[in-house]
Amino acid sequence: MPQWETVIGLEIHTQLATESKIFSASSTQFGAEPNTQASLVDLGMPGVLPVLNKRAVEMAVRFARAIDAELAPYSVFARKNYFYPDLPKGYQISQYELPIVGQGEVEVVLDDGAIKKIGVTRAHLEEDAGKSLHEDTQLGGGMSGIDLNRAGTPLLEIVSEPDMRSAKEAVTYARKIHQIVTYIGICDGNMQEGSFRCDANVSVRPLGQKKLGTRAELKNINSFRFLEKAINYEIERQIDLIEDGGAVVQETRLYDADKDETRSMRSKEEANDYRYFPDPDLLPVELSDVWVDDIIASMPELPDARRSRFQTQYGLSAYDADILTASRIQADYFEMVADQCGDAKLAANWVMGELAAALNKASLEIKDAPVDAQALARLLSRIKDNTISGKLAKQVFEAMWAGEGGADEVIESKGLKQVTDAGALEGWVNEVMVANPEQVENYRQAEPEKRAKMIGFFVGQVMKRSKGKANPQQVNALFRSRLEEAS
Amino acid sequence: MRLTHDDVEKIANLAQLTAQPQEIESLQRDLSNILDLVGEMDKVDTTDVAPMAHPLSMRQRLRVDAATEKDQRDSYQRIAPDTAKGLYLVPKVVE
Repeated sequence: MPQWETVIGLEIHTQLATESKIFSASSTQFGAEPNTQASLVDLGMPGVLPVLNKRAVEMAVRFARAIDAELAPYSVFARKNYFYPDLPKGYQISQYELPIVGQGEVEVVLDDGAIKKIGVTRAHLEEDAGKSLHEDTQLGGGMSGIDLNRAGTPLLEIVSEPDMRSAKEAVTYARKIHQIVTYIGICDGNMQEGSFRCDANVSVRPLGQKKLGTRAELKNINSFRFLEKAINYEIERQIDLIEDGGAVVQETRLYDADKDETRSMRSKEEANDYRYFPDPDLLPVELSDVWVDDIIASMPELPDARRSRFQTQYGLSAYDADILTASRIQADYFEMVADQCGDAKLAANWVMGELAAALNKASLEIKDAPVDAQALARLLSRIKDNTISGKLAKQVFEAMWAGEGGADEVIESKGLKQVTDAGALEGWVNEVMVANPEQVENYRQAEPEKRAKMIGFFVGQVMKRSKGKANPQQVNALFRSRLEEAS
Repeated sequence: MRLTHDDVEKIANLAQLTAQPQEIESLQRDLSNILDLVGEMDKVDTTDVAPMAHPLSMRQRLRVDAATEKDQRDSYQRIAPDTAKGLYLVPKVVE
């Protein structure tokens, strides 16, 4: 048996985060009552004309810039002809020969830390189709229901080169594209709602063979986990098929997450069967240099750039910088906390530690965190200025999370303010020394290098008596001088 | 270029048109003639000519991104053959 090599290319459909549709002024908001956001243009009525949404074009320009791709100064819309009830015009307006975004690439970091470049063949603007509902039995026998709210939602279809060699690589690439489109604010990235959809072209070939094997296109994948599973299932299916003497057929296959398998959907029509031709309803799109420069100037910092800046500006490790820049909202959150409390390392520890744990426990996204960046920054400032200890800060955080108020409020109402008054501290130190004569004696007998460890016991006793409020550094210093005194 | 009987049937099928058996031969002839005309044009040397995407030498006008369309579902659905629960109904289609 030969060794098999897997070849994967992805087509990612990203719904652009515009307010209105690509060719009409209907809202693109998700979840409305069926067909309440379907205008005459979206319904494909005769005599209407599509008018291109400027914002959708700007978003395509942003993406081109983000992946360092060629930007077509002149691009053309084409009709892709096929019949399906959720496509009322009988054609989808898309781009074919002259897409707006040309060849580009993204860098992904693989599991072993190696960096791999994945080519992006092109990205083009097009309209989404509506939705068909086949399952609803209340619609009467033999009928399908059509909801055209989604019809005409702007999509940027991002087509990769067949550069990926495993399901893991494909997922890493898809996550990277997801990170980019959400960072630059062109897509909300919500896979459950279908804002970010991946189709995978999968084929296998004997290792060393140049010619690509016949591919199957996998559809209906709505999470990164399913993307990996669907591809892995498909790889095995194809290898088994070939090793049993069969041949892979070029076709579209649907992934069934419940059964974890792919199923044949229909023979994929050959590209020329779509009979693409330039859409006479739309004129070519021209991008002026001035406009492109304006769009680029308004772009936020890209994830890779931000990651390296976090390392240099805040002295974070590559690992921490990677986690903190995973999403723009997380990076924004961290940066605000770090800047306001003035201690990046402390901010990083809290955002990746307490905050992440609390979010995880409550199954919340960072954007919905009950403690916002300013509030957390104020809490960390109170650690910095010795108002509270790091340990008590966790207690304060929990109270803030539960809605009991801001840091200062909670510290005040719970009486958690750190005690730094020398008199009070000395009182506790005395009590502890009187109560533990044996330990005092042991300490004084011990070798000097062992003492540092032993002092922890005494400090711990004071912390207990003070309910965590004593300033540990001061207590430590007090014990040191008192214990050394008579020895 | 001569289109075959099968070519015509395939094109009709893709266009969701029913071609009557007795029509196919004349369609074959007419479509082939059109392709011959295209073939004539194909002979012209167009090396230095940029492909024309639209006969008007104008550029696409762009619309400001604002959702100004009002919901007119009720009036649109009044002319639909069949609706239920806000959906347009069509004969069942399953892949």
